[in-house]
Amino acid sequence: MQNHPVFFDNDPQGELSTLNLGPTHPATHGVFQNVLQMDGERIVSGVSTIGYIHRAFEKIAEHRPFYQITPLTDRLNYCSSPINNMGWHMTVEKLAGITMPKRVDYMRVIIMELARIADHIICNGVLGVDTGAFTGFLYMMEYREEIYEIYEEICGSRLTTNIGRIGGFERNFNTIAFNKIRKFLKEFPPVLKEFENLFNRNRIFIDRTKGVAPVTAETALSYSWSGPLLRAAGIDYDVRAMEPYSSYEDFDFEIPVGENGDVYSRFLVRNEEMKQSLRIIEQALTKIEKEPADIFHADVPEFYLPPKEEVYNNMEALIYHFKIVMGEVETPVTDVYHAVEGANGELGFYLVNDGGRSPYRLHFRRPSFINYQMYAPMSQGMLLSDAIINMSSLNVIAGELDA
Amino acid sequence: MGKITNQEVLDKIAAKFNEQVTVIGEPHSLLTVETGRDQIIDLLAFLKNDATLQFIFLTDITAIHYPEQEKPIGVIYHLHSLVNNVRIRVKVFLHDADVHIPTATVLWDGANWMERETYDFFGVVFDGHPDLRRILNVDDMTAFPMRKEFPLEDPNRVDKKDYFFGR
Repeated sequence: MQNHPVFFDNDPQGELSTLNLGPTHPATHGVFQNVLQMDGERIVSGVSTIGYIHRAFEKIAEHRPFYQITPLTDRLNYCSSPINNMGWHMTVEKLAGITMPKRVDYMRVIIMELARIADHIICNGVLGVDTGAFTGFLYMMEYREEIYEIYEEICGSRLTTNIGRIGGFERNFNTIAFNKIRKFLKEFPPVLKEFENLFNRNRIFIDRTKGVAPVTAETALSYSWSGPLLRAAGIDYDVRAMEPYSSYEDFDFEIPVGENGDVYSRFLVRNEEMKQSLRIIEQALTKIEKEPADIFHADVPEFYLPPKEEVYNNMEALIYHFKIVMGEVETPVTDVYHAVEGANGELGFYLVNDGGRSPYRLHFRRPSFINYQMYAPMSQGMLLSDAIINMSSLNVIAGELDA
Repeated sequence: MGKITNQEVLDKIAAKFNEQVTVIGEPHSLLTVETGRDQIIDLLAFLKNDATLQFIFLTDITAIHYPEQEKPIGVIYHLHSLVNNVRIRVKVFLHDADVHIPTATVLWDGANWMERETYDFFGVVFDGHPDLRRILNVDDMTAFPMRKEFPLEDPNRVDKKDYFFGR
């Protein structure tokens, strides 16, 4: 084990103490290890050690056909897996040059925005818990459960959803799903309002979060931050607006921007984003009614897995099924980069295709990985309790961090 | 779409770097150029600091391995001009025996972990990097697992041998 790094060599007298925060600490909500050098309660310097749940997704992806990579993307940011799933489907569709019917786009938008809300619920709820207010978390978690029930109605699973297929959805949204979405749209806004009432002007919460870990726009850009963190620092970069995918250009929404990038403005930005997501879902529901109700996938038999009944009873469907499963479908030899606005930043898929059964190379631009690298440098000089809150507000998801 | 076209970006680059930067193509309207490792930092700095281009956002650094090529390791940079809303992809190919390239941490702090990840998986040595250690794999590892010759599964493992399953 002589290869292990010496973390600190700046303290020959041994006056400072070394603290292992993690890998499994109840306050860090995931597998994060930070070796901190402490002067009392204050952090002198720190080193992040990551990779505890590295599962070599990029390597595995080089050995799998395209449609089998969707379950891998589930396990990146598992708090908002549908966004990852859709991002991957859209990457392959971009590669193959497939355009989706509008209705599929809107269905995707609904799912992605629900996922964003679910992710922000966890992040902001947990931030409340870490500052000592459990109520808000419990209050909001009930509505994450409702979102999970909507997922269940659409795809059958909750956390790692594997929702949709390359070329559309595996099945249409049923009436129950639409009713649940409408119910959520009706019931969630007052709860969010109450959540905001509980925190936004709460003296204790403000004292714990305002001015903690402020980040300037320049620093945030230099560290390639994206998503709510970058927006809290004052840069209005949102992939949904800059490079609209899945017909986001049809929607009317605002990009909330914070002022000084501290924990409090990140909290506010996320709350505001949830409201914007609700707006988008509402618009999508109205738009979807104008589209033919039986369309839930594009007409691309070379890529879209046919339903099982047809595979057993229809020769063509059997052939396509075989070709898709065996990876025999022709794909253009090219590079694709496709980015979606994940719940915590720009989630990019860099796909290099050589026309084979599986990607020649697939790289995930994981926002958690890139956002988290500022954590140790920015913790210097911070109180330990502030550093814990700072980590919560970064919303780093271990699965995405370690891929 | 962006405020400046790929052609304008290209003209700017060509005026400064002449034939040191070659165009690979524009797959899905993302301009892709190739350069050598001697120019890479100059090129990135030019793209970042030029008053009209302003590729201020380093989206990603990664690598790719083509074992049959003369220069098998490619390092790939994705930059994004948030002002003009244009992306660019820069590729640098390296010889297997000399996998060295200057670090981009002088331009972006965020390049730090991206380069560590690239080193960890491909063995690309970023000269001048402040802390070039493995990041996701264990520190004791000697191989570079994303290279094509590295098998997905451990060839020494026996628990998946056919005779355990009566085959």
